[in-house]
Amino acid sequence: MMWTRDSQAARAARELQDGFYVNLGIGMPTLVANFIPEGVDVTLQSENGMLGMGPFPFAGEEDADLINAGKQTITELDRTSYFSSADSFAMIRGGHVDLSILGAMEVADNGDIANWMIPGKMVKGMGGAMDLVAGVKKIIVLMEHNAKDSSAKFKRACTLPLTGKGVVDMVISDLAVLARPAKGAPFRLIELAPGVDLDTLRMRTEGHFEA
Amino acid sequence: MANKLYPDAATALDGLLFDGMTIMSGGFGLCGIPENLIAALRDSGVKGITAISNNAGVDGFGLGLLLETRQIAKMISSYVGENKEFERQYLAGELQLEFNPQGTLAERIRAGGAGIPGFYTKTGVGTLVAEGKEHKEFGGETYILETGLVADVSIVKAWKADPHGNLIFRKTARNFNPMMATAGKVTVAEVEELVPAGSLDPDQIHTPGIFVQRLFVGRDYEKRIEQRTVRQRETA
Repeated sequence: MMWTRDSQAARAARELQDGFYVNLGIGMPTLVANFIPEGVDVTLQSENGMLGMGPFPFAGEEDADLINAGKQTITELDRTSYFSSADSFAMIRGGHVDLSILGAMEVADNGDIANWMIPGKMVKGMGGAMDLVAGVKKIIVLMEHNAKDSSAKFKRACTLPLTGKGVVDMVISDLAVLARPAKGAPFRLIELAPGVDLDTLRMRTEGHFEA
Repeated sequence: MANKLYPDAATALDGLLFDGMTIMSGGFGLCGIPENLIAALRDSGVKGITAISNNAGVDGFGLGLLLETRQIAKMISSYVGENKEFERQYLAGELQLEFNPQGTLAERIRAGGAGIPGFYTKTGVGTLVAEGKEHKEFGGETYILETGLVADVSIVKAWKADPHGNLIFRKTARNFNPMMATAGKVTVAEVEELVPAGSLDPDQIHTPGIFVQRLFVGRDYEKRIEQRTVRQRETA
């Protein structure tokens, strides 16, 4: 047993606090919006210039001028505001966003993250990821614990070009939740997915964590 | 008052283009891109362009049109993942590429337009982006020096304008357009609607007319959607 992508997203949603301004990355992090707990009010920021992102539109109500950072059609809410990319990144780089949840190819046990480039293969670009990890107060990574070739993605050191150094606060994989109380502190095991034991986790992890 | 109004994209670009020039082009993905001006750049045949744009369009649309015709020599962008022709040209060494983090790109353009030659940011410290750049400590944290960007011509897309060049953008089609309007030696704006002077609320103008030198009403907007995502209506 391991967590499904939905369970991972639901687990990440438990980290949301009432009143938070949150930026969700493209892919699995987008699913977190489906699991926002009852009674917790969060405002989603989209780095292409929107605060207060609503759900996908109903068919026939799509608006080409209203997209999220993943270029998906979305809707506005009664709290929504629009602004330029410079203002958007003033929010992100200025430390005004409480939490960012993003995907990663690798995370190291010192908090380094790599998620934008595989040398020798096509490079798509970092988009806003480097700004998010540098400027947002808390960084949670949602990823599979192991890559397709079964290699560990939580590593001693990242092998891919970094997105940010020492920036990750929490990793939620399909096997476990690893977190640290402060940047610079070691990661600690917080929670195991149902049916996963510590030995399995250790076997499938390369980076150091405290049990 | 100086006449800023032009009949179409080709006329609005007349006399501004030269090979090897730097052009900023607004938009995020295909949202809020100057469709008419990009097509006119293609038809003009201007070559060796350095294009500053968050993205590179898609195959056959947006800046993808200028990649197809090999008019772009270099791109300064944050994300180019949607364009196969881009990938081919880049891997074949035919195209130069400078990646900027999206916030750094936005701020470099904002700074350039505001006469600020450089600024320090935490973004990219400890990554490839920081290589060769000045590092400096402020309050115990390390920052890198990034420089402002300006362009020979900025091409932007707005929703509404008045004849003075005051612009209003719509929803997330604003994105990079306002900063780029400030950072072009000449800024050319295409708009969906031109309204009479005095009919825009002065408190609601996003880009004041001082930043816009030329203006025209675009036509045949496609406003393509890259990821059409919808939800189902719950049926009773």
